[in-house]
Amino acid sequence: MTDERDIGGPRQPLLQVRDLLKHFPLKGKGLPFASPRSAVRAVDGVNFDILKGETLGVVGESGCGKSTTARVLMQLISQDSGELVFDGETVGSRALPLRQFRRQTQMVFQDSYSSLNPRMTIEDSIAFAPTVHGLPSREAITRARDLLARVGLQPERFAGRYPHELSGGQRQRVNIARALALEPRLVILDEAVSALDKSVEAQVLNLLLDLKQEFGLTYLFISHDLNVVRFISDRVLVMYLGQVVEIGSSDQVFDQPKHPYTRALLKSMPSMDPLQRTMEAPLAGDPPNPINPPGGCRFHTRCAYAQPVCSQRAPTFSSDDSGHGVACLRYEADTASLFDHAPSEASHA
Amino acid sequence: MHDMITLRDLQVQFFAPKKLIRAVNGVNLNVGQGEVVALIGESGSGKSVTLRSIMRLHSERSTRISGGLEVDGKDVLKMSQRELAALRGDTVAMIFQEPLLALDPVYTVGAQIIEAIRRHKKVSKAEAHKQALSLFEKVRIPSPERRLDAYPHEMSGGMRQRAMIALALSCSPKVLLADEPTTALDATVQIQILLLLRDLQKELGLSIVFVTHDIGAAAEVADRIAVMYAGKIIEQGPAAELLTRPRHPYTLSLLKSRSHGAMQKGQRLETIGGAPPDLSNLPAGCAFAERCKYAVAECSSVQPRDETLSPGHVVSCLRVHQIPRINPVAAAAL
Repeated sequence: MTDERDIGGPRQPLLQVRDLLKHFPLKGKGLPFASPRSAVRAVDGVNFDILKGETLGVVGESGCGKSTTARVLMQLISQDSGELVFDGETVGSRALPLRQFRRQTQMVFQDSYSSLNPRMTIEDSIAFAPTVHGLPSREAITRARDLLARVGLQPERFAGRYPHELSGGQRQRVNIARALALEPRLVILDEAVSALDKSVEAQVLNLLLDLKQEFGLTYLFISHDLNVVRFISDRVLVMYLGQVVEIGSSDQVFDQPKHPYTRALLKSMPSMDPLQRTMEAPLAGDPPNPINPPGGCRFHTRCAYAQPVCSQRAPTFSSDDSGHGVACLRYEADTASLFDHAPSEASHA
Repeated sequence: MHDMITLRDLQVQFFAPKKLIRAVNGVNLNVGQGEVVALIGESGSGKSVTLRSIMRLHSERSTRISGGLEVDGKDVLKMSQRELAALRGDTVAMIFQEPLLALDPVYTVGAQIIEAIRRHKKVSKAEAHKQALSLFEKVRIPSPERRLDAYPHEMSGGMRQRAMIALALSCSPKVLLADEPTTALDATVQIQILLLLRDLQKELGLSIVFVTHDIGAAAEVADRIAVMYAGKIIEQGPAAELLTRPRHPYTLSLLKSRSHGAMQKGQRLETIGGAPPDLSNLPAGCAFAERCKYAVAECSSVQPRDETLSPGHVVSCLRVHQIPRINPVAAAAL
C-alpha cells in the first residue's frame, strides 16, 4: 500500500527512539521523608527503532518501564531527555508539530471500560477525535460506522450503545476502532488483550492481524504474555528496570535468547505438560525496585552468570549483523573471558 | 482414603434486581486427601463462585445454595455460624488473587498471623510468634524475623503472596482453596509461587482446589483438572489425560488456542465464535451448543449428562463419541 504520508521511504524507520529518559521524582507533599534526589527511574536511556510495517513486541515484568515508554512515545507525558524521530522528522519540531504527530500515532489501553467515556455512545466516541481534527461531523459518523463494521460490530445494532452495554471483548473492539478513526500509521497496544478471556483474546488478535494488513499499520505491542508476543511480533524487545536488555527478531529472542534475563523469563513460562513440569524456578526473588536500581548491570543481583565485574560496570548495548542486540558483559569482547566459570550453556537450553 | 470435599449437584443462585443469576448449575466434584484439583474456565464460568461456596463465603441474604456440599465428611450447608467459624481456618483456608486487598493494611503481617493462630489455638503470644516465624520460613520468605514486622504495603507482590499463604496455613488446615493466586504476579514470580504451593502440598499433605484461567499454571500443579463453562463442569479428569486427550469440544478449543506452538506466526488463531451465555437466561440444552461446531439440533434442547469415559475422566457432551480425538499438545509440538 502506498501512502502519501510516507516521507522517508521504506528503509526509514517509522519511529526512532534515542536515549529516552523519564524519571518520576519522589518529592512533594505525599512523601515528606523521601530524599529530594530520589526518583523512580522508569525509563533510563532507551534506544530502539520501529520499522515501517512491522510489529514490535515489548516484554518485561511490572515496573520495567514498558508502559511509561508507551506513554512517552504517545507524548501523553513528556520525556526528561531524549528524542523521538517519526519518519525522519523530530517529534515536536517545526516540521512535525505535536498535533500532526498525534494524528499518526494512536493507542489502545488495557482497561477497555475506563478508556471509553461512559456518557457517550460508542459511535460518538469513535467520531469524536476526527471531528476535533476538523472532519465534518456527518462524515465522522459515517467513518465511525464503517469502522464499527470493520471491527466486527454491526453498526445497526451497536452504534447507539453505551460502553456498559457491551462485553469486554466488544469494548476492546470499539477502542481499536476509535484508535483507527484518525487513520494513524503507528498503533501502540499497551496490554490491549491482557484483560480478555482466552477465546475472546484470540478473536481480537485475529482482528489486529487483519486490520494491520488492510490499513498498512505498524504496531508496538506491549504485553506480559510471551505466547501472544511471539505470535504477533516480527521483532521483540525485552526490558528490565527501565532499560532495553535484548532486541531481535521474534525467532532470535525466543529460540536463541542471549541475555540471562530473557532466558529466565522464557523458562518461567508454565510447561503445559504435567509430565514435564518445571522443577526449579529460574529466578529467585522479585524484580528490584526501580527507585534504587542496582549499580553496574541492573540484572546482576538475580543473574546466575554474574561475576564481580557485573556490579561495577554497566554493559553497553551492541547488535550483531542480523540485528540481534544484547546488553550483557558476557558478550563484550574485553569482559567475555571473565565468565568462563559461569554455569554451562546446556543448563539454560 | 475418604474425600476431603464432596460437591453433589451444587447449585448457587444470586438474587439480582428482577432476575436470578444461575452462577453454578449442578457441579459434581470430589477432592481426595492430598489431591490438587484445578478448576479452570473463563470469567463468569462459576469457578470462583464454586470455590467460595465451599467456605460459604457468599452473602446469605442474596444467595441460594442447594445440593450436597461436604467438607471432611461434614455437611457445610447445615452448619451454624459457630460451626462455620470453626471450619474456616481450621479445616479449610483460602488464598486470594490480590494479597494487598486480602491483608489488613494497618497491621503488620506478623500481627495478623499471630492473631489468627491465637484465635484458633490456646497458645501464648510468644509461642504464636514462634509459630509465625516458622511459617515464614516454611513459605521461604528471606530474613523472616524482620519481615514479620513489615506492613503489607512494604512487601513486594511475591512476598505478599507468600505472607498470605503463611497466614492461610497458620491453623494447619487440611484443605487450601486458592483463587487465582498467581494471576497478578509477574512470570518469574508466578513460577516461584506455583513451585512453593507444590512443595507445601507434598510436605503437609494438603488437599488444594486451585482456581485459575491459566491452563499452564494448572498443568504445573494439578493432579486433576476440571473445566467449567456456564456454571457446570463440562469435563474433568487426570491432568495429563485431560491435557493430551480432551474430549469436550470446549476443552479442545481452549487447549488448541493455548498449547505451545499453537500460535503459529502468519496463521490465524482458531477462535470460538460468540460469547458465553447469559447466566440469568440459560438455554434449555447444552450451554455451549450455540458456539460448538459439532452441535446438532438435539444439543440445544437436551441437557447432556455426565459420562465416565475412563476412571476419573468425566465428560458432559451428547456428541462425545462423534468428536474426533485430537492431542492438542502433541499436534502443536510437531
